[in-house]
Amino acid sequence: MRPCPCRTKRRPGWPWAPASSAARSVSATLSLSPQRLAPPDPAWRRRINACVVFLVLLWPMLVFSEFKPWILFDSQSLAASGRFLAGFLHPVLGREFLGIVLVNTWQTVAIASAGLALAMLGAIPATLIVTERLSISRLGRGRMRPAAALVRHSVRSLLVLLRSVPELVWALLFVRVIGLGPTAGVLAIALTYSGMLGKVYAEILESSSAHGTDTLLANGSGRIAAFLFGALPESASELVSYTVYRWECAIRGSAVMGFVGAGGLGQRMDEATRNMAGGEVATILIVFVLLVALADLVSKLLRRRLG
Amino acid sequence: MTPRLPAPPPRAWSTWLLLAALIALVAASFATLPLQFGELFTAEAWSTTREFLGGFAPPETATPFLTKTGYAALETLSMSALGTLLAVIAGLALAVPAAGRFGAAPRALVRGLLNVLRAVPELVWASLMLVAAGLGPFGGTLALAFHTSGVLGRLFGDALENAEPLPQQTLITNGAAPLPAFFYATLQQTLPQMLSYTLYRWENNIRAAAVLGVVGAGGLGQMLKYHLSLFQMQDAASVIIAMLALVALVDAISFVLRRSLTR
Amino acid sequence: MAVPTYRLEQLTVRHPGAAAGAAPALDAIDLVVAQGEQLAVIGPSGAGKTSLLATLSCTRAPDMGRLQVFGADPWTLGETARHQLRARQCLAPQTPPLPPRQRVVTAVLAARLPQWSVWQALVSLVKPSDPQAAFEALQRFGLGDKLYARVDRLSGGERQRCGLARLLLSDAEVFLVDEPLSALDPTLSQLTIASLQQEAAARNATLVCSLHQVEVARASFSRIVGLRAGRIVFDLPREQVTDTMIAALYQNEAFDAPLPVPHETPARLAVGACF
Repeated sequence: MRPCPCRTKRRPGWPWAPASSAARSVSATLSLSPQRLAPPDPAWRRRINACVVFLVLLWPMLVFSEFKPWILFDSQSLAASGRFLAGFLHPVLGREFLGIVLVNTWQTVAIASAGLALAMLGAIPATLIVTERLSISRLGRGRMRPAAALVRHSVRSLLVLLRSVPELVWALLFVRVIGLGPTAGVLAIALTYSGMLGKVYAEILESSSAHGTDTLLANGSGRIAAFLFGALPESASELVSYTVYRWECAIRGSAVMGFVGAGGLGQRMDEATRNMAGGEVATILIVFVLLVALADLVSKLLRRRLG
Repeated sequence: MTPRLPAPPPRAWSTWLLLAALIALVAASFATLPLQFGELFTAEAWSTTREFLGGFAPPETATPFLTKTGYAALETLSMSALGTLLAVIAGLALAVPAAGRFGAAPRALVRGLLNVLRAVPELVWASLMLVAAGLGPFGGTLALAFHTSGVLGRLFGDALENAEPLPQQTLITNGAAPLPAFFYATLQQTLPQMLSYTLYRWENNIRAAAVLGVVGAGGLGQMLKYHLSLFQMQDAASVIIAMLALVALVDAISFVLRRSLTR
Repeated sequence: MAVPTYRLEQLTVRHPGAAAGAAPALDAIDLVVAQGEQLAVIGPSGAGKTSLLATLSCTRAPDMGRLQVFGADPWTLGETARHQLRARQCLAPQTPPLPPRQRVVTAVLAARLPQWSVWQALVSLVKPSDPQAAFEALQRFGLGDKLYARVDRLSGGERQRCGLARLLLSDAEVFLVDEPLSALDPTLSQLTIASLQQEAAARNATLVCSLHQVEVARASFSRIVGLRAGRIVFDLPREQVTDTMIAALYQNEAFDAPLPVPHETPARLAVGACF
């Protein structure tokens, strides 16, 4: 270590007095801003503007959404909520009702599982088509044939369309065509989730390392073989993990679809709420929360085992 | 002596069992549901579907109808934005005990509450809120707020738990009170992540808000149900297009905000 | 006689969570530090320098022996009184405790938090309440132009000096500084030590500084304390510290690296592992 440059100027004993003059000269050379006053705060103006923008946007939002919290506390509303909530204290636990609820719970799970299975049937070919990883025309030239690019692009747009329409809207449409019942729910889940699964599967495949697949394709293997031996082993656990997570989401989604007549717990809850039967609603809610907790548990287990 | 081929490692039988159980689940689902797929593929079904789909085009573009759709879209947008905003406040308040700042028992309690809040879907919350708030978007806002505060509370709580403890500890060591130290150190660290989660949830909430109207919470969903029930397909088509446009708009705004605020 | 800032008698402190028979972090330390003194603590890695500073800042309770801070035993006081003692000291840890995305002005002004109410603290988050003072403190470490920069855009050395600028803004009577020069070159080291000592002398504050750079310690501080394996090896004015003593303090610096664990093949394969 270099000896201190100010040592020769220092007098023995108290070190600070001579060091301070050295420090000031060093500080003057090092400090890049010799000004005496602090510069103004650059963020202050931005913060004021952001505040003003927020307040200007907040007012119309409150108006459009009819935000009137005081109506929750007027006598009519309080009476209605009070009666409804009082029903919560006595959940209906009769054998017959519980039986209906359990059958509907199974129906909800079945709609979700069947819908997801169909969605995978649709998503897997779509993924294989869409992923650029498996493009043979891309090798060596960096860009794929226009025909291949067109096919990939159109399938990708189809997936986006399937995904953008909310599943409840699909369910509403299918109920009109096919009639009430679980078929509408299964189809709605199948369509929406095939869009979601297709997109995310492609993203997962694309984010993993391309080296294995590229080498297999370069050595002349077919696309499916390159997929099975190159891309799939690396991404398998993430793909499985995401599918199981979507199964859990599908259970919640299919419960909700009952509200438009697609069967399951949602339909029972819709009826119970219309009849203001607080006790029945309470039972269904409890069963629903338990179902979601169970699905969450199974999902964690599966993800740990298969991932 | 010739070396023997090493035996292949045994595969875990429990994983096979799990896979078999999954296949059984899917098979049982298809078997027990009263599905009418057969009916989908009859000639009659095809013509009904073709007629049905044909009824959608061209979508209704008369000005008074478009104005109504515009108002409904603004109603839906406000519902989603306000609901998310309320959820951020509630979520932040619940995240602090959920991160264990007040001890292990409050943490378990609050996490249980957050799980219940987010287990109940937005539509179910909406049908419950309508009892107290009546028809209209206010019930929808409350429903979104309740559900999203469960989601955000849990995400914020996890972010707070995973934050680097040194800055806050040092401030407290040097004599600061715990609350200002929390604001200056821990919250400052987790703010970008929390903002990111909030904007993602807003993207989700605009989709949810669009359909909440189906149970009567106003906005585009209520319009859609109304027109579909009267078989006014062209009006329904316009509403669906408006929904798609609104969702795309919010996705774009959220992307831009996320990029500029969390750089 | 004035009350000494610190009086340690046969102080023993264990590592947090250590087993009963393990070696303590500090072993029977005797130390008296008067108000206004400036001393450097030197020693090899693991000697207990950080533990000593943690004990002095009243964040680690001693297991045996007596500790007196400003004449009182902090661990017999109530929580509020102990926290008030903490406000009279300012600890600057080795890793700068600055949140990455915070601006330097806010990070440095956080030194004033013990004196502010919650409302003042929140207001200063949005609009810094005394940027001029922060600016002057930063200038003394050569960082005036970084006033509104973000902490994670600074270099390691600049971040370290920001952490030290906090000391200047606090109104503590004791500066406890843990290895302030680890990321600084020799010229900056001189500047930094000089600024610290200048401020401490101006307030008649006690300065306890742990250092790895022995030459800087001998050049700048009038009292040197040598620590090794939790014990004080020497506590002398700098003139009496010889090169032999320094060499003895730092001998056998290399530590035993842990043996690498051989790679284990799993006994069973999950389905997704291979086809």
